[in-house]
Amino acid sequence: MHIAEGFLPITDCVVWYALSAPFVVHGARQVIKQSKEDPESRLLLAAAGAFTFVLSSIKLPSVTGSSSHPTGTGLGAVLFRPPVMAFLSTIVLIFQALLLAHGGITTLGANVFSMGIAGPWVGYTCWRLSSRLGWNQNVGVFSALAFADLSTYVVTSVQLGIAFPDPVSGLLGSVAKFMSIFAISQIPLAIAEGILGVLVFRLLTDVARPELERLGVIKTAEHAKTGA
Amino acid sequence: MRRSTAVTIGLLVALVVIFAISFVVGGMHTNPVTRFGGTDSAATSQIQATDPNYKPWFTPFFQPKSAEIESGLFALQAAIGGAVLGFAVGGYWGRRRAEKAFHEDSMTPPVGDAPEGAL
Repeated sequence: MHIAEGFLPITDCVVWYALSAPFVVHGARQVIKQSKEDPESRLLLAAAGAFTFVLSSIKLPSVTGSSSHPTGTGLGAVLFRPPVMAFLSTIVLIFQALLLAHGGITTLGANVFSMGIAGPWVGYTCWRLSSRLGWNQNVGVFSALAFADLSTYVVTSVQLGIAFPDPVSGLLGSVAKFMSIFAISQIPLAIAEGILGVLVFRLLTDVARPELERLGVIKTAEHAKTGA
Repeated sequence: MRRSTAVTIGLLVALVVIFAISFVVGGMHTNPVTRFGGTDSAATSQIQATDPNYKPWFTPFFQPKSAEIESGLFALQAAIGGAVLGFAVGGYWGRRRAEKAFHEDSMTPPVGDAPEGAL
């Protein structure tokens, strides 16, 4: 999902920067607010950021014969709501742009939009929907992480399609081409990320139950039921 | 507890299976030269195929000089993330263990666990 440095026309760069900036500023405020109001959740906040840091650095093989990396943004979106992830993802993307020449400063706005804003919101929506429907919590976590991952790559495909419409098939044809590069490869990775998310979430419910209850991620009532 | 362990193992096995399938299927019918290349660079090639006249108007300040250095830096990123994640989970784990020990010290053992004759 990293659009390479210089590979978006200037107008696109400016537009994506403008769209992402308010989310990132709001996210930064939320991070500060969260760590002030609930200092004990700071470690959990660090864990959410670290999860994204690790997952976005690992390139994995996919069934299409290419390799790609997960995003890890769904976990933090479930734990702390999506705004926090806009800020944490920006840190990850700046690190990669400056040290690894992966992504870029000019394309940062677009990359933050796909990974830090669209992905987390899609993931969070899945999580809420799942709990509204009364589905198992693990299903919610799985779908949140898997769809946060997948939707990030769909958004990147759309961003590239808008910037580089196909001379023959136009915008939609171009989006379809980028989708065939990104989205299909991402499906097995998204499933894997969902499974890993369930594992990590189980671990966190085990060790940091009071924090998760305070954040409203898990219900206190369930405590009595499962803790017995 | 036993059931929970079984679920954990099952999920780990599922993870391995997904990548084993990806590896085998991805290795079939694909060009050995480009096999398992990154999707990000595939997208860059696609941009150049769609619009051959497009010239990137900005280049990175710093570019890792070889694939080895690049993979090392990616490993560094994973290491930093892994260390922080481990530290965070370890912090909570230690706290929970201390709480458990405190509870076990301060409470009388549950009736069912008490040896016979102790009551």
